[in-house]
Amino acid sequence: MPHAALSAGVDHAAHRVVPLRHPWIWVASAVVALVALAVLASVATNPAFQWPVVAEYMLDPQILVGLGRTLELTLIAMAIGLVLGTLLAMMRLSPNKLLSTVSWAYIWFFRSVPALVQLIFWYNFGALYPVIALKLPFGPTLFSASTNSLITPMFAALAGLGLAQAAYTAEVIRGGIASVPKGQARAAMALGMQPLTIFRRIVFPQAMRVIIPPVGNEVISMVKSTSLVSVIALAELLYTAQLIYARTYETIPLLIVASLWYLIIVSVLSVGQHFLERRYRAR
Amino acid sequence: MTSPGTEMVKIRGLSKSYAGREVLRGIDLDVAAGSVMCIIGPSGSGKSTLLSCINHLERIDAGQIWVAGELVGYREKNGLMYELPERQISRMRQRVGMVFQQFNLFPHMTALANIMEAPIQVKRVRQADARARGVELLERVGLAAKHAMFPAQLSGGEQQRVAIARALAMDPQLMLFDEPTSALDPELVGEVLAVMKDLARSGMTMVVVTHELAFAREVGDELTFMDAGMVVERGAPRQVLAAPQQRRTQDFLSRVL
Repeated sequence: MPHAALSAGVDHAAHRVVPLRHPWIWVASAVVALVALAVLASVATNPAFQWPVVAEYMLDPQILVGLGRTLELTLIAMAIGLVLGTLLAMMRLSPNKLLSTVSWAYIWFFRSVPALVQLIFWYNFGALYPVIALKLPFGPTLFSASTNSLITPMFAALAGLGLAQAAYTAEVIRGGIASVPKGQARAAMALGMQPLTIFRRIVFPQAMRVIIPPVGNEVISMVKSTSLVSVIALAELLYTAQLIYARTYETIPLLIVASLWYLIIVSVLSVGQHFLERRYRAR
Repeated sequence: MTSPGTEMVKIRGLSKSYAGREVLRGIDLDVAAGSVMCIIGPSGSGKSTLLSCINHLERIDAGQIWVAGELVGYREKNGLMYELPERQISRMRQRVGMVFQQFNLFPHMTALANIMEAPIQVKRVRQADARARGVELLERVGLAAKHAMFPAQLSGGEQQRVAIARALAMDPQLMLFDEPTSALDPELVGEVLAVMKDLARSGMTMVVVTHELAFAREVGDELTFMDAGMVVERGAPRQVLAAPQQRRTQDFLSRVL
């Protein structure tokens, strides 16, 4: 009986395959589409969103200045984080116990205390040291100024964001350097290359491949972390929006303006990160 | 400076420990200029560590090593050995090429760039000259057509041949080979050994840690058998392989042959 199908005249190659159907996927898709549509319709039609107000403030000069401040904070805090982070990573990997312990302690402290707390702390640094002076031990004072005149909100913001960022970046960079096999440095040494050249030409370029993607994520999360600075009255994007709605009571539309700008910045950065990652993943 | 017959490598009383465990115990060894010294022995016998001491990739605990008549890694004064600064050690390393079991090519550079890197960075050779020399060396190892390939695109045997070319680009007086074929698929071993054979024929002084007894017999001028951090037996390869004098050599050879 099983041999019946093998009888002459049957074209086996013509038998087509029918994939298993998944009807529930269609049901789920329909439900999700309906919910999405409902949300969109409600957002578009609820007058409380005040879309005309959003449109009015999107390119408001005051908002644009706040946006510039947000970008400036992101850039400088990230630069501090990268430079100091590289230094900390090299200390952490140093065979010298003191250097690596100091680096470990720094990373432990600045990763453990919330960035928001650090910001408020720096803002109130004057209460701890009312006067900052540079003087030789038992010698004359070279420089002296009141803390409040030195630690402006901008300084406190950069210190708070940059120093915390350095702790995170240090770990990323350390991981990147540690990911390069020891044989690479050995081969370079055997060729007569000196430590600095080995780091610059052999180890660092290979570490970059591991470092770039997480640093891209850090930049994106830094954009959003800058909004914390609003608590110390620095007029970046969020605080600017708050200043305006404190006056006009148009709270929701201004929060939407701020959100839209964050969305735009992060989207642009994500595209950039995508291309960077692709370039470094090439080999 | 190193006419045939003089010693290219001279080792006296070399000892080294890792974390309290002695890996090298009073090694004496001479390698004549222009000769090929093969070192065999069970794993963990200290062969690779010995090789890494010759170009000071590993610090030593006691003893002395000379390469081309120059003390390696240290300066002697009043019976004490002062470690040299990195700059001087790297100058010595330029004259000693090394080939590793795992190839250790730079993965972010093409085959040609791998070869050009050290001459440009260390010897300040001009880009065009380094390139010409690199192409010539790739031809010598039979890989001229693959100069633009990255290491990951090459087979193990090809990678190892590029690694040999990379070491030769520094015009070394001495080449160290650390189990150069141990990480290769069996069918790729031959092409690497052929390049090494060719190099030996050109008069290069070579120290080769290997498991390839046939290579040692055919190409080696001398064979050293090491066990437990000591030189157990040495002599002409044919003699040592055919009629080992020491018990430990006999045991080892009976296990691998």
